[in-house]
Amino acid sequence: MNFDINAIFQIAGIGIITAMIHTVLKQMGKEDMAHWATVIGFVVVMFMVIRLLDQLFQEIRTIFLFQ
Amino acid sequence: MEIIQVVGLGLLVAILSLILKEQKPMFAFLLTACAALFIFIFLADKIAAVIRVIESLALETNVNLVYLKTILKIIGIAYIAELGAQIVRDSGFSSIASKIELAGKVLIIVMAVPIIEVLIRTVISMLPSSA
Repeated sequence: MNFDINAIFQIAGIGIITAMIHTVLKQMGKEDMAHWATVIGFVVVMFMVIRLLDQLFQEIRTIFLFQ
Repeated sequence: MEIIQVVGLGLLVAILSLILKEQKPMFAFLLTACAALFIFIFLADKIAAVIRVIESLALETNVNLVYLKTILKIIGIAYIAELGAQIVRDSGFSSIASKIELAGKVLIIVMAVPIIEVLIRTVISMLPSSA
């Protein structure tokens, strides 16, 4: 396995930290900021997953002679 | 012993996503999708090695390369459809997953039609003519 296994831990870490930030901001009474923090964390993780998906599709395209 | 790595990755992701599901179910879904992509990318390298061998054998035995390309495309469609259907089913939409699988089957049939046509034409040409 030559790929970067750290991405898994990064995604899990971002999720946990975002949940913590959400809880803290909620306790401080800033509901809308809490939701923004969640959305931004989600978008960051989404970008990572989409990059992986792109890599997989490129690889399949080269392997299975789709060109 | 790469199977140990794959199993370890699977167990790790299962535990992490159990933790995340308590707080944020969306992140748990993305985590499992990411793990699925990792495993499929890892498998793609292995499949590439097998396909190189099949390709070289086909070149040596003068098989028509169109058939090989069609079969490889069919395998690719099955691979992508399986990945998509499993990720969507993980997130709880098994009806959408069934539609993805149906689309994969239909597209495979469409790709296979020329080969089936050649086969049936060969059989018809072997039949004795009625005249």
